[in-house]
Amino acid sequence: MISPHITRTIFLYFLTLLAVAGKGATSCREDELVVPTEYDIIPGNPPVTSVIRGFYLVNEGNMGSNKCTVDFCDFTTGLYARNIYAERNPDVIKELGDVGNDIGIYGSKLYIVVNCSHKVEVLDARSGIRIGQVDIPNCRYVRFYRGKAYVSSYVGPVLIDPDAPKGAIFEVDTASLAVTRRVSVGYQPEEMEIVGDYMYVANSGGYRAPAYDNTVSVIQMIDFKQVEQIPVGINLHRVKQDRYRQLWVSSRGDYNTRPSRLYVLGRKPGYNRYAVTDTIPVACSNMAVRGDSLFYYATEWNDYTSSNTISYGIIDIRSKQVVSTNFITDGTEREITIPYGIAIHPETGDIFVTDARNYVSSGTLYCFSPDGKKKWSVRTGDIPAHIAFLPE
Amino acid sequence: MKRITLITILFASAATAGAATADSIAIPEQLHEITVTSRRKPVEVIPVQTLSGDELQRLNSNSIADALRYFSGVQVKDYGGVGGIKTVNIRSMGTNHTGVVYDGVELGNAQNGQIDLGQFSLDNIEALSLYNGQKSEILQPAKDFGSAGSIYIRTRTPQFAADESYHARAAVRFGSFDLLNPSALVELRLSPRVNASLSAEWITSTGRYKFRYRRVNPAGELAYDTTAVRQNGDINATRIEANLNGSINMGEWHFKVYNYNSERGVPGAIVNNVWRRGERIWDTNSFAQGSFTKTVGSFTTLNNIKYAFYRTHYVNNDDKQIKIDNLYRQREFYLSSANELALTPWWRLSASYDFQWNTLSADMYGFAKPDRYSNLLSVATAVDLGRFKAQASGLATFIHDRLRGQQSPADKHVFTPAIYASFSPLRRSRDLQLRAFVKRSFRMPTFNDLYYADMGNSRLSPERVTQCNVGIVYSHDSRGFVRSLRLSADAYYNLVKNKIVAYPKGQQFRWTMLNLGKVDIRGIDITALAGFNPAGDLYATIRGQYTYQRAIDITSPADNYYRHQIPYIPHHSGSAVLNLSWRQWNVNYSFIYVGARYNQQENIRYNYTQPWYTSDVSLSRDFTFNKVRCRALVEVNNLLSQDYDVILNYPMPKRNFRISLTVEI
Repeated sequence: MISPHITRTIFLYFLTLLAVAGKGATSCREDELVVPTEYDIIPGNPPVTSVIRGFYLVNEGNMGSNKCTVDFCDFTTGLYARNIYAERNPDVIKELGDVGNDIGIYGSKLYIVVNCSHKVEVLDARSGIRIGQVDIPNCRYVRFYRGKAYVSSYVGPVLIDPDAPKGAIFEVDTASLAVTRRVSVGYQPEEMEIVGDYMYVANSGGYRAPAYDNTVSVIQMIDFKQVEQIPVGINLHRVKQDRYRQLWVSSRGDYNTRPSRLYVLGRKPGYNRYAVTDTIPVACSNMAVRGDSLFYYATEWNDYTSSNTISYGIIDIRSKQVVSTNFITDGTEREITIPYGIAIHPETGDIFVTDARNYVSSGTLYCFSPDGKKKWSVRTGDIPAHIAFLPE
Repeated sequence: MKRITLITILFASAATAGAATADSIAIPEQLHEITVTSRRKPVEVIPVQTLSGDELQRLNSNSIADALRYFSGVQVKDYGGVGGIKTVNIRSMGTNHTGVVYDGVELGNAQNGQIDLGQFSLDNIEALSLYNGQKSEILQPAKDFGSAGSIYIRTRTPQFAADESYHARAAVRFGSFDLLNPSALVELRLSPRVNASLSAEWITSTGRYKFRYRRVNPAGELAYDTTAVRQNGDINATRIEANLNGSINMGEWHFKVYNYNSERGVPGAIVNNVWRRGERIWDTNSFAQGSFTKTVGSFTTLNNIKYAFYRTHYVNNDDKQIKIDNLYRQREFYLSSANELALTPWWRLSASYDFQWNTLSADMYGFAKPDRYSNLLSVATAVDLGRFKAQASGLATFIHDRLRGQQSPADKHVFTPAIYASFSPLRRSRDLQLRAFVKRSFRMPTFNDLYYADMGNSRLSPERVTQCNVGIVYSHDSRGFVRSLRLSADAYYNLVKNKIVAYPKGQQFRWTMLNLGKVDIRGIDITALAGFNPAGDLYATIRGQYTYQRAIDITSPADNYYRHQIPYIPHHSGSAVLNLSWRQWNVNYSFIYVGARYNQQENIRYNYTQPWYTSDVSLSRDFTFNKVRCRALVEVNNLLSQDYDVILNYPMPKRNFRISLTVEI
């Protein structure tokens, strides 16, 4: 039998250990603070231009995390402000929302499409202060035309088949922020582009895999009616117009046997209607047009090597030839895990590429000179994706 | 009748013999279920924590998952509410490394490798044990040597006094969230050697509870403060369990049929502008299992068989989102034979062979239909030299997956050894014990990891874990003021390699699974349990546990979360339970503390999650009318009404109540 004395000593020793451990652990709950903004100095003083004051960047945030955030890069002060929404709008319950999907500036207002919060958030473009929100279910992208904002939505009015409702384009009055009209389009519409008096909508049909949609919907803006669906390719995503009124439409393929492709839609001589004129044999995840050049990148998963094959190319929009297979020329592409967004400074031609890394940690924004050399990079929120330049 | 008495005495003496030297932190049980009555009860060489009997029933727990929060080294992921999913993670190695054994046979889920312990109520549970590494028993199925950590759930076994032929118990619980939970148990002695029990339960709750989100600005002014009611968290579930137990000469057999049926709403994350979702899940889990043990001379055999069918029907009816209506069906067949030979009184050998077949069918586009054939072979040995005890085991696992209409991935074979040792440094008593173990284990990629539409990667390899543990235990029983005392401290180092993580491919949340991660885990578990008898009929027990964990991601220096603490693992966590009983009255106070964590891999302020700590109190009174025993129990959970999330955006209930009435004859 062990003596009571030793028992007591050991007991006291453990009690002390528990107490010390407890002391180390007694960090108590405090009031939850409004999510603060962080500031970084942009290295190498970005050139101040007369046209562009800066840009907003939307970080999508992983689904269910409610971590859609907005950053603002201010060229005039040389500061990069991370996560500005909550600090400027502290009284908004549960902040900006879940999964940002697009951003656009029209007039004095900034529009952020928050997909899984089913709303378009409208802010003052200069101050970032909230003006209001427009509730649109499963909203995707925003474009503007003659005083109205147009928002694509995966969910249109439930008509014949409630299990596979067609998507819709919602028309929002930019003054009253009220939905004024909506029109049914194809399945799960993504990006749109407005050329002349027509809007062209890329339909993905992503909810219907493997029976993807393969059309671009044409909407006549005067009476807001779908007048045509142009067959293009399966699972369409991006639409960009160039200065020759051609439309560049990307197909994501089926991620399996049918690869991603880039299509060009144009008017054939003597016709008013758009049709596919060229198929560029490259994969395309996202693109940006400047002058006669189309910058694109593509991420393709290779099952065999268990890695992504990533390409960064330039296409001459007149010859429709790939003129460069790597617009990043200094080797920085090796640092990028998943390119997720691309934008080109309208004045300097600097190329911005975002890296979403593993989707669940901070991303990185890279700024490249027009000749593809890295100028600077900065930490962003989770899944940096969409950029809107703020005019001076 | 005489035989029963004899067995009862054997039980009692074996239990006492075990308790004197066991490093379990539990109060010794009065009657112990002993699988092999003739053999000497082996002493625990392996760190174990146990909660049982009344102590377990008084812990203000809705489910097994709630009770497991009182074990050190355990983190429970709780999505909130009665129907919310609850999974456990032992020593930061990941939920999939935790084996959950229900009455001797492991529960499986080949689809996602995770057992929702929220589905298991405490109604019929007699004891819960947690072993780091494996159980200190070499006579066990090969599978039991495989997990990195194991939870053993033991249901109540009928124990009849000489003049008894039946027991019956009925209980009803009601409380907050419109909870109604009646249950019943009948135990029958069919013959001196055979008894049966039937246990049934129904649980229903709207899952509607108030939760609150509040923020202030740095100046202390209120930014927002909102209270809402959790929606779509309802549950309606039934459990029926029937057992047949028998004893034979130098052996025994058990047979069980189990059925669980539930319909649940999935409340989902609370995000801006979304307060209600449309997801629902219907689960049917059924299994039948049998076991047979017999000792012939120095040879003992333990054989198990199981057939299980799991059906999950998942529907997303949210008209803003993609419509989903998927049906998953899993089947499992399991056969195990464990055999032990006692070569000398101090040296035993065992060999076990298990076969398991799993299949999954999903009516989902692009989901392969896999069949998995697992063959497991283990050999183990145990030596008991009095003050020094040791065990060594080796497990070889062979896995073959077959896909219908597709090429099958390569077969996997893994060998995982383990060594355990304990030593009593004191010559005159066994009160103090030093122990150590080293174990390798792995987890197979699940069917979801491998074959889920678009996301699965059939080229995955098993995820591997190496555990090293050293510990010290002190236990002492006496008749004075301090009746019993158990103290233990363990330090451990775990390394997780080839961790299966989601990796992005392409745009918009397209993922695949890769063997990419590497995690370095170092921790300390401390437990203390003391029983006091301050005066007369007043008894007090104090149980405390503290865990320190540093679990860092060491995958690649290029990651911006390199050497950061992994998500949802606090550095500090602990619990304390104080129980006072005086005659028929009992008061229980329990406190749980989970320190600051990060909700994503990067340890930055945007991912910071505050500590949470809750106090639960219960008061019970026992009554006896003639031969009818009754108990009334009132519980208050989250007494201080803390507003907290265990998982980001899944708010937990504020203060809530429960009343239980139990009648037993």
